Amino acid sequence: MIVLNDIHKSYGRTQVLRGCTAAVKLGEVVVVCGPSGSGKSTLIKCVNGLVPIDRGSITVDGVSVTDKHTDLPALRAQIGMVFQNFELYPHMTALQNVSLAQIHVLKRSRAEADARSEQLLARVGLSSKLSSRPDQLSGGQQQRVSIARALSMDPKAMLFDEPTSALDPEMVNEVLEVMQALALDGMTMMVVTHEMGFAQRVAERVLFMDGGEILEDSPKSQFFANPSTERARQFLTKVLSH
Amino acid sequence: MNYNWDWGVLLQQPYWGWLWSGLGWTLLISLGSWVIALSVGISAGIARCMPNRAIQIVASVYIEVFRNIPPLVQLFLWYFVFPELLPDALGLWIKRDLPNPEYVTAIVGLGLFAGARVAEQIRAGIAAVGIHLLPAALATGLRPLQAFRLILLPLGLRAVFGPLTSEFLITVKMSSISLTIGMLELTAQSRHIENYTFHGLEAFAVATVVYLLLGLSVTGLMRVIDRRFGAAKYRRASS
Repeated sequence: MIVLNDIHKSYGRTQVLRGCTAAVKLGEVVVVCGPSGSGKSTLIKCVNGLVPIDRGSITVDGVSVTDKHTDLPALRAQIGMVFQNFELYPHMTALQNVSLAQIHVLKRSRAEADARSEQLLARVGLSSKLSSRPDQLSGGQQQRVSIARALSMDPKAMLFDEPTSALDPEMVNEVLEVMQALALDGMTMMVVTHEMGFAQRVAERVLFMDGGEILEDSPKSQFFANPSTERARQFLTKVLSH
Repeated sequence: MNYNWDWGVLLQQPYWGWLWSGLGWTLLISLGSWVIALSVGISAGIARCMPNRAIQIVASVYIEVFRNIPPLVQLFLWYFVFPELLPDALGLWIKRDLPNPEYVTAIVGLGLFAGARVAEQIRAGIAAVGIHLLPAALATGLRPLQAFRLILLPLGLRAVFGPLTSEFLITVKMSSISLTIGMLELTAQSRHIENYTFHGLEAFAVATVVYLLLGLSVTGLMRVIDRRFGAAKYRRASS
């Protein structure tokens, strides 16, 4: 579904990705973890072309992201993305946030789009918040709206960039539960997160990154029980100890 | 002060008519140049934020050139120099056949000057409150221009509504410099009355009050728009 081949990326002189190769199969949930600054967020933003890469190739469902002739907006419409800071449109209600791209990208009528948005907001447990604006919602609620917004395009795959890192601890679970339900429905997911509990419950595979490289790409059970690199072992002792 | 005040003279024709006609032209120049300033300014402001180096540079060149040349000089350049630089036929057409060339020159000249300033405000507004939403908007499949039109511009406009109001006020007052290329707007008509009647103080006093009232109306109008569509609506709703 998602294939990353030898991705290199630098910001000025700082090299943030050094030859990353990975793949996410249809229906698979892959968690990307690693210390801050390891390149996880950059890697996931390359997948839908939000960050242009210097070298390498990326395909999503057989379509090249890096090819100049690819219609990137059309491709992005098929890949949902959820951001660390929600990035909801503050001047619109929850319903309008979810309907906007349906109307302007999928060309659904407003009525059609709103009906679909209501369904999706119900699915993330926010039926009662349709006409609330983002600043009237808690962080967890905002992040669930943003998941509904990503789902509104009926995506083939979903990208999550640290979806719970900006949340108060008590709101983390409501977001993880929504994500877990999505995974159970068979959604293809690539998730950058520090939530190792989520990885243990939901992920099929774990990618461990450090210094712009993917040091480890293993099935979940193997990664947690017996990581093959020393660096991953250190990381795990630190994040799992509390 | 040995001055023979006579307010009544302003009520006599043709002076009363001159004042009204001057007011009419002031309004037409202000509105015309503001329409140009807003449309050019919004386009250039968005262009400055676009993720495309070439577009950014074009917009920056426009902004820096037009906001750094005195508007009076710009009017002269447009009126006296620009037609000479064009191919003969076109230059001749502007000088001879363009209907109301002073008016067209005034609104284009003042509009492009104000447009450069509006563009910087729009850019600042989008940078302050909207640009971080661009990746999220693009990720849903919106094209860059759609993202600006539907999300970033509405947010940016709301954020800079105050400065934009001041800009509109400056444009109204700036309309008076178009008298230098022959527009008979309010200030020009006041001078005109002075020349004919030697009652310039009365005429300029009236003009001053009219400018003040115009300014206050603009402020009031912008406040109504802000209440109806702008950030004020949200400030109220969330308090």
